[in-house]
Amino acid sequence: MLLIKNARIINASGELPGLKDILIEDGKITRISQGLACDGAVVMDAAGKAVMPGFIDLHVHLREPGREDKETIASGSRAAVKGGFTSIFAMPNTTPAMDTAQVVQFVFDQAKKVGLVNVYPVGAITKNRDGAQLTEMMDLRRAGCLAVTDDGKSVMNAGLMRRAMEYAGMAGLLVMQHCQDPSLTGAGVMNESLVCTRLGLKGDPVVAETVIVARDIELAHYLGTPIHFMHISAARSVELIRRAKKEGIPVTAEAAPHHFSLSDEAVKGFDTATKVAPPLRGMADVVAVKEGLKDGTIDCIATDHAPHTQEDKELDFDAAPPGLIGLETAFGLVMKELVDAGILTLPQAIDKLSFAPARIAGLADKGVIAEGKDADMVIMDVEKEWLVRRDDFCSKSRNSPFIGWTLKGCVDTTICGGKVVYP
Amino acid sequence: MTEWTQKHLLDLDDVSRDEIELVIETARSFKEVSAREVKKVPALRGKTVALLFFEPSTRTRVSFELAAKRLSADTLSIAASASSVTKGESVLDTALNIEAMNVDAMVVRHQASGVPQILAQGTKTVIINAGDGCRAHPTQALLDVFTMVDKLGPLDGKKVVIVGDILHSRVARSNISALLTMGAHVVVCGPSTLMPCGVEGLGVEVTTRIDRALDGADVVMALRMQKERQNELFLPSITEYIREFCITSERLKKARPTALVMHPGPTNRGVEIAADVADGAQSVILEQVTNGIAVRMAVLYLLLGRKTE
Amino acid sequence: MPTAQKIMDPDQVRRALTRIAHEILERNKGVEDICLVGIRTRGAVLAARLKRAIEQIEGKPVNCGILDINLYRDDLTLISHQPAVRETLIDFDITGKAVILVDDVLFTGRTIRAALDALVDLGRPSCIQLAVLIDRGHRELPIRADFVGKNIPTARTQDVRVRLVESDGVDDDVVVEERRSV
Repeated sequence: MLLIKNARIINASGELPGLKDILIEDGKITRISQGLACDGAVVMDAAGKAVMPGFIDLHVHLREPGREDKETIASGSRAAVKGGFTSIFAMPNTTPAMDTAQVVQFVFDQAKKVGLVNVYPVGAITKNRDGAQLTEMMDLRRAGCLAVTDDGKSVMNAGLMRRAMEYAGMAGLLVMQHCQDPSLTGAGVMNESLVCTRLGLKGDPVVAETVIVARDIELAHYLGTPIHFMHISAARSVELIRRAKKEGIPVTAEAAPHHFSLSDEAVKGFDTATKVAPPLRGMADVVAVKEGLKDGTIDCIATDHAPHTQEDKELDFDAAPPGLIGLETAFGLVMKELVDAGILTLPQAIDKLSFAPARIAGLADKGVIAEGKDADMVIMDVEKEWLVRRDDFCSKSRNSPFIGWTLKGCVDTTICGGKVVYP
Repeated sequence: MTEWTQKHLLDLDDVSRDEIELVIETARSFKEVSAREVKKVPALRGKTVALLFFEPSTRTRVSFELAAKRLSADTLSIAASASSVTKGESVLDTALNIEAMNVDAMVVRHQASGVPQILAQGTKTVIINAGDGCRAHPTQALLDVFTMVDKLGPLDGKKVVIVGDILHSRVARSNISALLTMGAHVVVCGPSTLMPCGVEGLGVEVTTRIDRALDGADVVMALRMQKERQNELFLPSITEYIREFCITSERLKKARPTALVMHPGPTNRGVEIAADVADGAQSVILEQVTNGIAVRMAVLYLLLGRKTE
Repeated sequence: MPTAQKIMDPDQVRRALTRIAHEILERNKGVEDICLVGIRTRGAVLAARLKRAIEQIEGKPVNCGILDINLYRDDLTLISHQPAVRETLIDFDITGKAVILVDDVLFTGRTIRAALDALVDLGRPSCIQLAVLIDRGHRELPIRADFVGKNIPTARTQDVRVRLVESDGVDDDVVVEERRSV
């Protein structure tokens, strides 16, 4: 039993009036009221801090099994709780890929051993993610998967994508698409733009993303089955999704913190931590992503936490693998770039980080602090500033372009399933 | 007179007109040295220059090596193929190992853009970019500007046309940078598939019509056309490229009669430039090679011939 | 305040150069095998004046060139202010010739050492003779001048400043002053 006193509770729907006490029993929130007392409960005082539903990240690379030198389920879980996340969706581009119930079960088992956060393995759409044959999605669903994706790659064959959406609909799985047409990306390593021309790097054009967004909107429209667009980076994609939503097509979308915090100008120093797929875009795209978050076109924020070793990132810009770590800096960037900048209110930010991803993934008991719901929450020192330091990450990797930044909003305590998991 | 203040030579984006003129003036003196019976001065005696070439390039390496030797510096040539990288050694690691041998400067050539900049940030040694990816080839552009100024005088208002694969050309990028700084009017011409995104934003005129590009030109610079571009789907065929863009004597008539014909080498005769044009009276291609040594001597002298920290 | 003492005026400079021109001719028995090489910047000005004086006396042309010694300096890596390198302009062969090396002030001798190295890289003169307007002493190398306009005893703490109308745009003068602290 855990009793949190003097909690200023902020949900996506707004801030509850006054300070409340929260009683947690057996991993559930059982009472929210004033002046609660309970014999035998561990008491925590949240005075001066905000209590929010734990964050839910639909897009995390935990690298286990296969690349435990970059991240493990244990280290990734530690990074998650440090960033205030209580549920994370593990991407299937592992070795082997999460394309069978056995691999999915392995991830569940490892996560249970670690016991810090809810880890939801996301199954692959195609076997070995090679875009040829569908995975056994009914089996994946039975093993506990909530969603499928071939993340890292788009499903390029439109006919196969159609079947995937139809079949996943039957299995009750959310289909998540990484939007990037490799025939347009080519050897591109950064956004195709004047900056790219100056730097002499090969360009990855916006249209490599938008052709897939447009195609899949049409598929969703034709089939009437939902599609979730991952890490939307381009203004044009935001516009396509906005129109689709207006027409009532069942699409949802996420944006990553780096796509609203950095533009392609950040690549100028050739820091490989700024190499990411889809790439950092132009300033107009950054503004459009923020606008999409503000008007609800983009439903949620997901980090695309992608750890890479120092050896991998010490390669030249062409050779280094794309990706950056995001779990530990996500909330700070949301505060700095969205809340303090007047794009989102704090409750709206919590919607993007907790409530909306729970809704998209179908986690009915998560994403909100209310009686009867899961006791996943974060006690946040909202006003506290902190410096992002290379040595302070809990992730095994250090590939962050935000090292040296001062961010606001520091996690005080993370509670998952009624258990204090951080610090 | 201006002094050279930059520690490295990575690109020409932040090199001022005064500094380019200083390089030209200094190169003029070194051209005289290279014409002597004894082609050697003791200015950099005791200094060591490492030539670190991750991408093979005999011409540029030899030019730098001669330049360093004519200044009495010792040279160390390292053909760091991709093999050491596959062994797990990063570019920076390779450079740090060479730095540990107390070299004074590293001349770096790499197939990836940005490597010289990464080495300048990660080591204490003077870094001279000998060509990185599609980004920059500053000494080539300086020798091109030196050759133009030598023949034409000040470049203000002069029309310089660069023809070919602009997209993949570090020579084009560095020349655009230097030529605009020197006040020239720069025109880039080539197939639309080989034009970099937003290139007009650099301040150049862009055209896909060779006759319009060459009209009244003071300098015509042809770039090497790699045959691979055909397989990479940039071009339907090399034959069509030749038909549309090859600098022929007929096309050259559009340019001023005094126009210089230049090429960074090595030339694909009959592809981007006709043999009779490459060998013709207007061609200064071999002079570019000669001037290359003088310019590289100037760059080495300006970067190393003083008290360094 | 540094006290400046004027050592030579335009007439004195002119007379000294005329005398040196005569001495050069006397020592070399005419102009047949001599050439003049002035060290940039003021040595080159003086060499040009000597050339005119000699040609006036003998009525025969004399070769005269300009030597830039910066690439031969022994202190390049000790100074942070980098000297601008300029062209050496010697468009005649010095091999077998008596080279009259000309400079404004002879002090430590290091500049002359550099000039000697530079000259032997250019050819093999039959001999090299040194002509200077001022010899102020304090040699650090075994070098002496063959022709001297004026010997001036100085302290090491002093500067000798030569100004010539062609290079400095003011009337010729030579001044000794206390070194300005830097």
